[in-house]
Amino acid sequence: MSLYQVQKLIYQLNRDPRQRERYAAERDAVLAEYELSDEERRALVAPDIGLLYVLGVNGQLLMHFAALHKIEWTDYLERMRQGLKQHGQVREGVYAATGYEGVESHDARLKKEREAR
Amino acid sequence: MPLVYCGACSHAPGITARAERADTQTRQALQGALQRMGDDIRATRPDAMIVVAAEHFANFFMNNMPAFAIGMADSYEGPIEDEAFLRIKRTTVPGNKALSRKLIERVMQTVDVAYAEEWKFDHGISVPLHFLTPDYDLPIIPANINCQGPPLTPLKRAWAFGEALRAAADALPERIALVATGGISHWPATPDSGKINEKWDREFLARWAANDREALLSYSDAEIYRDGGQGGFEIRTFIAAAAAAKGAKGKIEFCEPVPIFAVSCTVARMQLAA
Repeated sequence: MSLYQVQKLIYQLNRDPRQRERYAAERDAVLAEYELSDEERRALVAPDIGLLYVLGVNGQLLMHFAALHKIEWTDYLERMRQGLKQHGQVREGVYAATGYEGVESHDARLKKEREAR
Repeated sequence: MPLVYCGACSHAPGITARAERADTQTRQALQGALQRMGDDIRATRPDAMIVVAAEHFANFFMNNMPAFAIGMADSYEGPIEDEAFLRIKRTTVPGNKALSRKLIERVMQTVDVAYAEEWKFDHGISVPLHFLTPDYDLPIIPANINCQGPPLTPLKRAWAFGEALRAAADALPERIALVATGGISHWPATPDSGKINEKWDREFLARWAANDREALLSYSDAEIYRDGGQGGFEIRTFIAAAAAAKGAKGKIEFCEPVPIFAVSCTVARMQLAA
C-alpha cells in the first residue's frame, strides 16, 4: 500500500500552483515521481473519487482533489457513495462511512423540532 | 497584559461555501452571532489575535507533522482553497513576527512547539476571519494542533498548550485575544457529511462552559471517533481555549446543528475577569 504517496501527491497539488500546472501539462511525469500502485495511478488519472475514498485518502485532501477536477460538492458525495458500493468499505485511515440519514431528512427532522419548541 | 478575550467558534467550510443551502433564519442567526463575536473581540481592543486552529494539510503533512505549531511571519496568505469553492477571496492577512517570536519563546518553556515563518490559511482560519475581522485589520497569530493525522496530539497536551499560550500572553505588554476554531461532532468530507451528534455536542459544550478540566480530558480518541466522528478530534482546539481561560467559565452564545454546514455551528466565549 502506498496511500501515503497518493496523499502526498494530492497535498502537493492542493498547496502548490506550479505543481498543479505541471500536473495539467505533464501528468505522467508528475505521477512517476511518486511510488504508486497501478490501482492508485488509475484512480488518480480517471479520477475515480470513489476508489480514492475507499483506498483511504483523507477527506480533507480528497475534497480539494475533487474541486480541482470541477466536481461539485453533491456530486463529490455521490461519487464516494458509489465507491463504497463498487469497492466495499474504506480500507485505511479515519474517514470511514458510518451511516447517515442524509441532509434532507435530517433538516426536515430539525425543522419539526424547531417548530415544536 | 492578561489575555483580553478567549472564545471558540466553528470553521466549517460549508458556512461560506454552501451558505444559501441552509435554512435562511438559522444562517442569519449564525452569521449574526459570528459578527457579534467580532464586535466583542474589537471591544477588548486587542493588538493581535491568536487563532488556535485545526489545520487540514494546508501547511503540515505526514512527512513532518508537528503536534503544535505557531506562525511567525508578518503576513499570511489565505484561503488556500479554491476561491469559487469556499467563496472567500484570497488575500494577505497581517501577522506580527516579533510578537509571534516572543510568544513562541515563552510557550517553548513548557510545550515543544514548532514555529513556521510561512503559513497558508485554510478554511480553519479563513472562514472565522471572514466574519470576525472582515477587514483583515487585526494582526493574526496562527496556531495549530494536530487533529488530523494520527497519532494525534493528546487532549492533555492540548490543555497544556492552552495554558502555555495563556502564560505567554499574560507575560507580554500587548493586548492579546485568543479564538479557537473547530467542529465538535462531524463527519466532514465523507458520504456522511451532515451527520451531527447534537447530544454529544451539547454535553461537550456544557463541560467547556463549566471549564471542567477533568471532564474535558476524559474522552478517549476511540470514543471521540465513535460518537463525534473524525471531525470530533478537533475538540482539541476548544480544550486549549478552556485551558487558556485559566478557570474562567464559558457562555455558549450560539449552538445550532446545521446539516448542510456539517456541524453544530457554535459561537462561545470564556468570561475572563475584566
